[in-house]
Amino acid sequence: MRHGVARFVTGFLALPVGLYVFYVVWPFLQAAGYSLTDWGGYSDRQQFVGLDNYIRLFSDELIRKAFWHNVFFLITVPLFTIALALFLAFLLNVGGREDKAGVRGVFGSGFYKVIFFFPQVLSLVVIAVMWQQIYRADSQGLINGVLMKIGLVSEEDPITFVYDPEPFLGVPAVLWWLLLIAVWSGAGFYMVLFSAAMQSIPKDVYEAAILDGAGRFHTFFRITLPLLRDTVSVAWVYLGFIALDMYALVFVMTPSQGGPNHASEIFASVLNFTAFQKGQFGYACAMGVALAIFTILLAALQLRITRRERIEY
Amino acid sequence: MSVSSDLNRRTLLRRAAAAGLLVTPAVGLLSACAGSTPSENTDNAGEKSTDNPFGVQDGSAVKVVIFNGGLGDAWAKEDQAIFNAKHPNVTVNMSSTQKIKTEEQPKMATTPSDVVMNSGADMMDVSTLVNEGAIEPLDDLLAAPAWEGGGTVADTLLPGTVADGTFQGKFFVVNIAYTVWGNWYNSALFDREGWTPPKTFDEFFALAPKIKAKGMSPYVYDAVHGYYPRWALMATIWKSAGKQAVIDIDNLKENAWRAEGILPALEVWEKLVKDKLVLPGRLDHTQSQQAWLDGKAAFIQVGTWLKNEMAATIPPGFEMKISDYWGLGATDKAPNDVYAGAGEGIVVPSKAPNKAAAKEFLRAVLSKAGSAKFAELTKSLASTVGSGDNVQDSALASANELMKNAPKDLVSIKFWNFYADMDKESQNLSQELMAGRLTAAQFVDKMQAAADKVAKDSSITKQTRDA
Repeated sequence: MRHGVARFVTGFLALPVGLYVFYVVWPFLQAAGYSLTDWGGYSDRQQFVGLDNYIRLFSDELIRKAFWHNVFFLITVPLFTIALALFLAFLLNVGGREDKAGVRGVFGSGFYKVIFFFPQVLSLVVIAVMWQQIYRADSQGLINGVLMKIGLVSEEDPITFVYDPEPFLGVPAVLWWLLLIAVWSGAGFYMVLFSAAMQSIPKDVYEAAILDGAGRFHTFFRITLPLLRDTVSVAWVYLGFIALDMYALVFVMTPSQGGPNHASEIFASVLNFTAFQKGQFGYACAMGVALAIFTILLAALQLRITRRERIEY
Repeated sequence: MSVSSDLNRRTLLRRAAAAGLLVTPAVGLLSACAGSTPSENTDNAGEKSTDNPFGVQDGSAVKVVIFNGGLGDAWAKEDQAIFNAKHPNVTVNMSSTQKIKTEEQPKMATTPSDVVMNSGADMMDVSTLVNEGAIEPLDDLLAAPAWEGGGTVADTLLPGTVADGTFQGKFFVVNIAYTVWGNWYNSALFDREGWTPPKTFDEFFALAPKIKAKGMSPYVYDAVHGYYPRWALMATIWKSAGKQAVIDIDNLKENAWRAEGILPALEVWEKLVKDKLVLPGRLDHTQSQQAWLDGKAAFIQVGTWLKNEMAATIPPGFEMKISDYWGLGATDKAPNDVYAGAGEGIVVPSKAPNKAAAKEFLRAVLSKAGSAKFAELTKSLASTVGSGDNVQDSALASANELMKNAPKDLVSIKFWNFYADMDKESQNLSQELMAGRLTAAQFVDKMQAAADKVAKDSSITKQTRDA
C-alpha cells in the first residue's frame, strides 16, 4: 500500500536537503574544522593545534564575563517579552468587558494590534539608530530632553544609558537599557502570535467559565495560559536564540562594541573581536562551536521540559 | 483529548525543521569563520620602462576600493584621471565603501581587489595582515621614479610616512593623508573675547573659568569611540615623559607605564574631568564636533580631517584653527613635539590579480598633481611634500603653520597597531578615565597589567620599534 512512498519522499526532498547541507551544514563543519587550527583568517596558512583553542576558552576571563551577560539575556529576554506579549494579547482578545457573554478585547484592540506590531516591521539597524536618538546622552536625546524640561534630570548630569557600566541589581546598567530595546522590539510579534493562538480557543470555554463566576485573573491563569502552552514554549525557544545572539544591538548601540569597559560584552562581540581585530580565526571558530553546542543543549533541554500531553479540541 | 506519539512523516518533518532552527543563531556567527580554497595568482606583466616601472599591461583592469569616510572619495576620481592620462588602455574599476573589512576580508585569501584603502572604523587589522602575509611589501614602489620625474617616490614623501607604513622592516602601507592632531578652537571667537589659546594645562586651567563665565564648556570630546580621547592622553604622555618612554611602552618594556612623567600627564586629565570642564553628556564624534561648532564648548581635540567632515554645518563667521596639544610646562621632556603622521593607509593584497597596475595607481596617487588635488578637495594635507602650499584655508593654514614650527620628532604611538588587545584595553580605559570612573593611578596600573599580559602571551607575535 505504501509502495514508492520512500522514493517519492526522497526525490521530493533531495534538492532542499542538498541546499541545506551545502549552505548550512557544510560551513558549520568547516568552522568546526578551523576551530582545531591556529588560522588567522587572512591567508591560507594554518596549523593543526588540536583542542588548544577549547582549553584556552575555559581560562579566558573575557569569555566568562560575556557568558554571564548572555545568561542574563537568556533569562530576561524571554521572560519579559513573553510576559508583556501575553498581557497585551490577553487584553486585546479576551480582556474586554467580562459581564458580556461574547468574549472580546478592550475597545480599539484592532488599532492597538497594529501599533504594537509596528517594531517588527522595522529592521534591527533602523531600530538601533532610532534608539540611539532616544538614548542620546545629552539634552538633545528624547528621554533626557523630556526629563530635563520637567526638571527630573539636571543638564549637568544627563542619564548616560548605554554608556553606563554601574551595576543595577548586580547587572551593568547598559545591559538593562539594551534589554528594554530587545523586549520593545520583540513583544509585538509574540503578541500577534499569542493572539492567533487565543482566537483558536473556543469561546464556549470562556463562556462556561464566566457563567461559573470566573474573573479575568482566573480565566487567564486557568484557561488561557494552559491552552497556550505549546505556543509559549515555541516562543521561549525562539527568544532563547535571540537572547544568545543580541549581537546587532550590542554592536550598534554600545561604545567599543561591548563597552563601556567590557560591561556589555557578549559571546558574539568577543567572537567578533577575536576573529576580526585580533586575527585569531581558529580561536574564534572554537567560540562559535562552543556557542552552538550550548544552544543545542539548551533547546533540547527546553523542549524536553515542556513536553506534555497535547490537548485537542 | 488524545495524545499523538507515533513517528509519522509529519512529525519527522517537524523535527527536521526544529533541528534546522536550533543551529540558526550559531551558524550566522560561524559562517563568518568559513573560508574557501585559494586560487592561483596570475599577475599581468608587461614591458617595464622608466615611464612604466612595474610593467603595467595595456588592456588589463585594476580594481580600486576607496574608503568613503571623513575625506570623501572625490579626490580618488582625480587620481583615476591622472592614471588614465598615462595609461588610457588600462581600465580602473573604482568603488567606494565605508565597510572595508566586511567587504574585503572575505576576499583576501582568494581574489581580492588590487588596491584597498584600509581605513575607518571597519578596517582590517594591519599587523594581522602583515603577519599572515596577506599584503604585498611595497619597497619597490618607494624605489620607483616619481610620477612627474625628479627622484624616487620615497623622495616625495613627508617625514614619518615611510616609518608609519613600515612593519617588520618592510614597507607595506602607503598612508596618503598627512594628519595633524591637536586642539581646535574658533579663532574668531577667541579674538573677540581676547583669549589666547593655551600651550600648557596650567594656562588652560587659568582660561577655563573665563570660558565657563560665557556659558560655554571649556572642552568636549568624542566619548563613544575610545581612540579619540586616547590620542589626547598619549600626546600628553609623550610631551611630559618624552619619546623614549613611549618607545618603551610600544616595546612592552617592563614597567614602561610607570616611567617618570607618565602619571602626572594623566593626572592633569583627571583634574580636567574632576573640575567639570567637559561638556556634560556622552557624544560621538560628529555630535561632539557639532556641539563645538554650535558654541557649546571652546576646545575639541581631533585631526585635520575635521573641516572636511563638518563642512556642511560650519556656521558663518566660524574660523577653525588648530593648536598643539597642551603640555605640563617646565617639566616636559618634549614640549614642542607635534602629533602628526601619515594616515589613511592603502594596501595591495598579496593575491591581487594585477599588482603591477596597483602599484602604478599608487604612484599616481602620490604624484604632485594628485596630492595637490587631494589637499584641495579634502582640506587635509597629503603625505607628499608641498601638497598644501597652494590651498587657502584657515584650518589647513594653521596646520601648515604648526608643522613648520614642529621639531623633527613627531609624536607617534605604535602599540595600538601592534597589539589588538592593548588597543582595546587602552580605548576602554581612556573612556573610563574621561568618564571620571578611573583615577590616573588606576589607569597606569591597568595599562601595565594589559601590557604584561600581552608580553606573556606566546600566541601573539611581538613587534618592536627603534625610533
